[in-house]
Amino acid sequence: MRVNFTVNGRPQEADDVWEGESLLYVLRERLGLPGSKNACEQGECGSCTVRLDGVPVCSCLVAAGQAEGREVVTVEGLADFAKQRTCGDSCGTAGTSLDEARQWAAKGTDSQTGEGTELSPIQQAFIDAGAVQCGFCTPGLLVASDELLERNSNPSDADIREALSGNLCRCTGYEKIMDAVRLAAARQSEGV
Amino acid sequence: MDFLRPASWEEALAAKAEHPTAVPIAGGTDVMVEINFDHRRPEYLLDLNRVGDLYEWEVGEETVRLGASVPYTRIMENLRAELPGLALASHTVASPQIRNRGGVGGNLGTASPAGDAHPALLAAGAEVEVESAARGTRLIPIDDFYTGVKRNALQPDELIRAVHVAKADGPQQYSKVGTRNAMVIAVCAFGLALHPGTRTVRTGIGSAAPTPVRARAAEEFLNAALEEGGFWDNGKIITPSVAKQFADLCSAACNPIDDVRGTASYRRHAVGVMARRTLTWTWESYRGTRRASEGAA
Repeated sequence: MRVNFTVNGRPQEADDVWEGESLLYVLRERLGLPGSKNACEQGECGSCTVRLDGVPVCSCLVAAGQAEGREVVTVEGLADFAKQRTCGDSCGTAGTSLDEARQWAAKGTDSQTGEGTELSPIQQAFIDAGAVQCGFCTPGLLVASDELLERNSNPSDADIREALSGNLCRCTGYEKIMDAVRLAAARQSEGV
Repeated sequence: MDFLRPASWEEALAAKAEHPTAVPIAGGTDVMVEINFDHRRPEYLLDLNRVGDLYEWEVGEETVRLGASVPYTRIMENLRAELPGLALASHTVASPQIRNRGGVGGNLGTASPAGDAHPALLAAGAEVEVESAARGTRLIPIDDFYTGVKRNALQPDELIRAVHVAKADGPQQYSKVGTRNAMVIAVCAFGLALHPGTRTVRTGIGSAAPTPVRARAAEEFLNAALEEGGFWDNGKIITPSVAKQFADLCSAACNPIDDVRGTASYRRHAVGVMARRTLTWTWESYRGTRRASEGAA
């Protein structure tokens, strides 16, 4: 079957989708967006977290056909998504094209100044706080953290723990991830 | 596999009538796991995401009519006052991502003994609204809904439309045992609701029998003990011997198995502990509201 939906602000079309296929599979294998990670395939690890009509969900548990006509934001579009949120439509063309998304990389690796990077504030905070080790869980954590800070600009530690309770990390441990979210929240409230 | 996408409830019922083997999918948090792991290859997937009224709820005089697909997140946010037990249970479901998709209809459809909503529904009192194109609507009392391990009273051509849950008329509590506070399939769970209006207590036990069950002997004992001691009126602290007997009878209502999550004897023990604790919590809360209303009078 064919699935038409919006990914990172741009309309997309996926063909030859098997009816039992997950949204995650469509994103990774049919649209070439491997940012959302495939691990447990049962909603346990959160590494496939995306926004579906704004709501964080495990994309491995959304049937591809259920995404028809809906809006998905993946980690590849997060920087642009955050930018649009901050400055509205005045930022120019909305959305991230598939080509841009596929080539997306954290360029300009001066993590101290963030100079030359195209990162969302939460991505920058993860780098600055050392919250990334192997990086496998990072995309899901970024999407979940970004959504938390969108609805709660001053989260308590308990709020952060709860918001990230569906995302597993098996290498850094969670302290630096907590640091990163606290850092992003502090920067957000200072308007940096 | 065919993917059926009805745009309305009537279309969904027609599709289910035409294809009784079709597997309904709403939040997908149960169904997609089975498909991802190749445990299930349904001939038809019946997507209910476009049926908008399944996502709505209405607060009535006596009950809340909760659409089958209302996500747990919405229940936690919006129905804490009306359905405190179910709201607490909803908060223990997996993680935010799962609570954003899953709802009570799925819990009922899957009818796993470990489903988090069941003890809260049993304790509050509920009826499941199901419908078929051929025979229309019927309301199944929650006590008759669970018929076996992952089996329920639905006919093949029926779909779950809503659940009518009695609005809380007294304190309710929910307790669940697991290895963490998130992403946990219940080792066992317990729901308790005080109903001061009828001077009764209702319970629900999860994951400690082939189906979710009520501890009826424990309820009857406690109802009698509370009545005899005049507890509803005098608001005294429940005597430890009454609480212990209630806990023992709740343990006795279990029919658990040994599995990877826990042993049968642990489950029996833990249900007793949760029964005693939730009784204490709810009763203290009842006494508190009694004192407050007396103070105001």
